[in-house]
Amino acid sequence: MTTNGSHQVLTFVLGNETYGVDILRVQEIRGWSAVTKIPHAPAHVLGVLNLRGSIVPIVDLRMRFALERAEYTAVTVIIVMSVNTPAGRRDFGVVVDGVSDVVDVNSAEVKPAPELGSRSATDYIRGLVSVAERMVVLLDIDRLIGRDLALSAGVDGEEALAASAA
Amino acid sequence: MTVDLTQFHDAFFEESFEALDAMEAALLKLDVGSPEPELINTIFRVAHSIKGGSATFGFTEIASFTHSLETLLDELRSGTMPVTVALSDLLLKSVDVLRAMLRAVQAKQPIDTQRVSDLQFDLEVAIAGKGAPTAAAPVPAPAAGGATLPAAAPDVPAARSPGWRIRFHPYRELLARGNDPLRMLRELAALGELAVRVDAQMLPPLAEINPQDCYLAWSLELPGEVSEEAIKQVFEWAEGDCDLTIERLSGEAGKLPASPQPAAAMPVPAPAPATTTPTQLAAPRTSSTARASATAPTGATAAQPPRAESPAKAEASLSGFGDSGSIRVSVEKIDELMNTVGELVITQAMLSQLGSHFDGPDAEKLRGGLAQLERYMRELQESVMRVRMLPISFVFSRFPRMVRDLAQRLGKQIELKLTGEQTELDKTVLEKIGDPLVHLVRNCIDHGIESPDARVAAGKPAEGTVHLDACHRGGNIAVEVTDDGGGLDKERILAKARARGLVGAGDSLTDAEIHELIFLPGFSTAEKTTDVSGRGVGMDVVRRNVKELGGKIDLSSEPGRGSRFTITLPLTLAIVDGQSVAVGTETYIVPLISIVESMQLKATGVTRLSGQSEVLSFRGDYLPIIRLHELFGVEPRSRALHEGLVVVAEGDGRRVGLFVDDLLGQQQVVIKSLEANYGHIEGVSGATILGDGSVALILDVPGLIRAASMRAAA
Repeated sequence: MTTNGSHQVLTFVLGNETYGVDILRVQEIRGWSAVTKIPHAPAHVLGVLNLRGSIVPIVDLRMRFALERAEYTAVTVIIVMSVNTPAGRRDFGVVVDGVSDVVDVNSAEVKPAPELGSRSATDYIRGLVSVAERMVVLLDIDRLIGRDLALSAGVDGEEALAASAA
Repeated sequence: MTVDLTQFHDAFFEESFEALDAMEAALLKLDVGSPEPELINTIFRVAHSIKGGSATFGFTEIASFTHSLETLLDELRSGTMPVTVALSDLLLKSVDVLRAMLRAVQAKQPIDTQRVSDLQFDLEVAIAGKGAPTAAAPVPAPAAGGATLPAAAPDVPAARSPGWRIRFHPYRELLARGNDPLRMLRELAALGELAVRVDAQMLPPLAEINPQDCYLAWSLELPGEVSEEAIKQVFEWAEGDCDLTIERLSGEAGKLPASPQPAAAMPVPAPAPATTTPTQLAAPRTSSTARASATAPTGATAAQPPRAESPAKAEASLSGFGDSGSIRVSVEKIDELMNTVGELVITQAMLSQLGSHFDGPDAEKLRGGLAQLERYMRELQESVMRVRMLPISFVFSRFPRMVRDLAQRLGKQIELKLTGEQTELDKTVLEKIGDPLVHLVRNCIDHGIESPDARVAAGKPAEGTVHLDACHRGGNIAVEVTDDGGGLDKERILAKARARGLVGAGDSLTDAEIHELIFLPGFSTAEKTTDVSGRGVGMDVVRRNVKELGGKIDLSSEPGRGSRFTITLPLTLAIVDGQSVAVGTETYIVPLISIVESMQLKATGVTRLSGQSEVLSFRGDYLPIIRLHELFGVEPRSRALHEGLVVVAEGDGRRVGLFVDDLLGQQQVVIKSLEANYGHIEGVSGATILGDGSVALILDVPGLIRAASMRAAA
């Protein structure tokens, strides 16, 4: 975010909010299909899906953000993104309410998120930006998902188990 | 432009290591006293080509060492030196040193020069000790580009009809004028038996070579009745671009024996501008080889008169060993192919499932086509799988040497029998099974086989036998290590276990339970720790490695008669035979290798211990029941044990009953990594994609048992 100029952001809706992720991280957008549950996974990790032969975990962002859970319907969308973790690139699917648009964001217009209370609640927010009079929350998916305990690399089963039991 | 030789390094190392393996094997087969010439030739060829290659790439230490080795081998080859035990030991040591040197160079680490020069000294002593070494021991020059010849060979046949001596010294820009010396030499060779000698003195260091320039000159001798006109015609177009002298040979002048072929294999004078045709690509290599020989790194090599070698042989030394009609393909390429085939199999399964729902006039045809597709897919999958398969001899081949060395060190007499070496298994499995097998064989020799005296006293032949056998059993491969030694000393194992508090003083154990003890970490009954084994870090590691491969290890032993370890392994790690089970809406795959039996329980077949854990009675044993739905947090169809099924599964030597809703069917599934995008899950070894495109988790029974006991403990 230190560079000037603009970059493209995919925006999506979750409840009343609009969020944005760097378009270069987006692998594909697909409709909802039933997932296979993974044992001992955190609640917001719904399970895994077959994405053209590789097994991809699916995260429910509503649950990750402790929003009210929505029903999964035919219009529910999964955005498959690639996340950088200490162990390298991983692919993840994120369940959102709907995909809105691809917008150009000028880096200079991005405002830092206000620090409210605990830092951990906001450190996955890269910044806020106004697009067509709507506020878009730009997400740092590496922090949001990459560092997510059971999901991040190098965390083995025992720790994940301990975390899920806790 | 300079030619980047480093691109050939990998191939050189790979070939050299293989060659050293071949050399070692040949050395071990070598009979003292009456050595088989073919074996000596094999050994010689290895030393020779490593020397050639290392000289080309500028690995001077290796070149120098192999030079000494080669000199010694040449004595063996010519029969002027007998093969003795000491000598074959020396040669085996040389193999080790060469391997170490190659490895060091490969890893760009310094070579242990002390060790090398010590051994090289021994080699020289051996050569000198043989008596008056022939002053001009005919040592071939390192891969001499195929076309050099001694300046004056003493053993020339008597002069025949006179011929021509041609000195052809092109100017540097010869090539730029469109002249091709190679073509000229070929034309000359067509006129008669051409003898060619290249003069590479003007060749600058590699870095300074301009590939467009010609740096070489030639002395040619063409015997027989050829008109001067014909020769001049060959050089017609080069006139003005070269110094050319053509003189008639006098009758006495030695005719140099050389076949016309060398001309054909003449290196082009300097690397031609890079093109991609193989023949052109060969040029930079050949010419740099020629340079390497011209400015040979070791004084010794330079001083040796290069010997004319058939170009075919020189070529062979560059292109590798054994012409078995095989090609070298990188593992990644094969893995890619495997992945794609895996996807195809899934897609095909999806189509078949879809096809079964169709109705109508063409539905039958569609299903017929799909069935055919399925058949071909299976064949394709098997063929691709076979590409990854290698004979287990790749692993077995290291044992003759190891057993020989160990037996010598321990003062035991041991015969090693290898059978089933051609049994093929997946490369990945093959790579991982080597170390466990080494452990087992080492244990057999150290603990199993008794000393010759003890054996004779026990009425057995002084020479013990260790037998390694491999064979296919169903979808698995079984590797057996058998010895005819003393067998496991149950009393001692038990005493040791009691001393360590692993077994209560009053407990009596079955044979199987006692055998199980030796797989415990840190368990050793060896009275003294030798450098071979006895530190108690062996068997548990062996078992863990085998487990990691999805296999199991069994042990049977008879006191005084010996013991047998049987390792059962899956043929491949990419595919597993699985039983699909249903729990609620989820499908799981249980590997068939872990399943003992599946059964329906009667309501009375289950006992609750202290109101908590459930136990089922199975063939006189009591097995804990693991409710998969509880462990995995899934809503089952039924919680009543008699309404579902129990799969008796085995892992880590323990049996458990897995409670599931239903059995669905058996199928081969392609294993997919969960760790690639997610992480490890206790009790799950991976995932697979089912015919309908959904994902099913593959259960890891030992992990499940661990996870369940952790839960129970919590």
